[in-house]
Amino acid sequence: MNILETDSERLLTAVRSLLERKGIISTAEVMERMASTDAASSGQGARMVAKAWVDPAYRVRMLEDGTKAAEELGIVMRGMPPLGVLESTPEVHNLVVCTLCSCYPRAVLGYPPFWYKSASFRARAVRDPRELLASEWKTVVPDDVKVRVVDSTADYRWMVLPVRPAGTDGWDEERLAGIVREGDMIGVTVPAV
Amino acid sequence: MFLAGETVRVKDQWPEATGPVHIRTPWYVRGLEGEVVRCLGEFSNPEDLAFARPAEKRPLYHVRFLKGAIWSEAKPDDELLIEIFGHWLEPVGQERP
Amino acid sequence: MDKETKRAHHDLGGVSKFMCEPVDIEPHGLTAFDREVDALRQMLAAKKLMTVDELRRGIEAIPEAEYHRLSYYRRWIRSIADNLMVHGVITETELRAELEGS
Repeated sequence: MNILETDSERLLTAVRSLLERKGIISTAEVMERMASTDAASSGQGARMVAKAWVDPAYRVRMLEDGTKAAEELGIVMRGMPPLGVLESTPEVHNLVVCTLCSCYPRAVLGYPPFWYKSASFRARAVRDPRELLASEWKTVVPDDVKVRVVDSTADYRWMVLPVRPAGTDGWDEERLAGIVREGDMIGVTVPAV
Repeated sequence: MFLAGETVRVKDQWPEATGPVHIRTPWYVRGLEGEVVRCLGEFSNPEDLAFARPAEKRPLYHVRFLKGAIWSEAKPDDELLIEIFGHWLEPVGQERP
Repeated sequence: MDKETKRAHHDLGGVSKFMCEPVDIEPHGLTAFDREVDALRQMLAAKKLMTVDELRRGIEAIPEAEYHRLSYYRRWIRSIADNLMVHGVITETELRAELEGS
């Protein structure tokens, strides 16, 4: 039997023990890495979005260089792929997908959700995005709004800066960040009050 | 190098047919024309990185395609924006390889 | 479209057979296994033992039926083991012995 067809849990245990015995990794290191990865969440991206909504100069910097804009808010971007930010407007709705694997702006959104990695999302997002968003997320993009699908194929990672919803005048950043969900920053949903 | 606004064609090449490869150009845009939006910088060629070979830096472009040129589903003026390495692009007007 | 028949199996954009397949949008939390594999991949990258492109190459090398049957992180551990053997970081003999002992 091809050794790679071994049950995945057993394969992981065996690989880990071998690497630990060879001094390449340690259990403490694995635990530490798991904890730091768990700490990244869509709350980080939401803070960026909220700041861009209230601070026009930050919005400009964020669209120019997402990595620097994230670092401004204390988000650790070292060793991460460059972050690009796509601005949705009343004329254009952005949707991010990775048809080749599952590239995702993890530094600012955390682990990719299950649906993002699925074959059906990867297939349908580029070909019939309006139908996909309407049938699965009840997100209806009006006919006069252009849909721009961004296939994240290479070295950048992309997040969406959604349109600030009506009814949020006078809200502070923290309150605004509270209404921004993971899907809003990929473009499957839009922020709502 | 390609400039923003330039029309380019994605090479209609299928290295998958000839052996193990790692390609970051989706199948559905090969052979199609698009418009360069901007150069995103230079990155090590993933086609070599994937096999632990020395990898040259190659320019990476954001290229826009009209959805209607690819698939017939509704709203042909919707668009696709895709990262494509320069070595997969050719100026329009040049003979296909 | 005849181009579709020339694609590699992981190259999923617009592929006809998935167009009518629903997307499961429910949240699925990661298991301890998933998180460990994720952490391991990051550590191997940080130690320059495996690039993300090598991880992807290993995933793409999984035969199509297996690719779709395996969960996301099950594909990853398979690719990680593959790459570690390609680089001689671990050998197949060592891995077999470890699996038999476990």
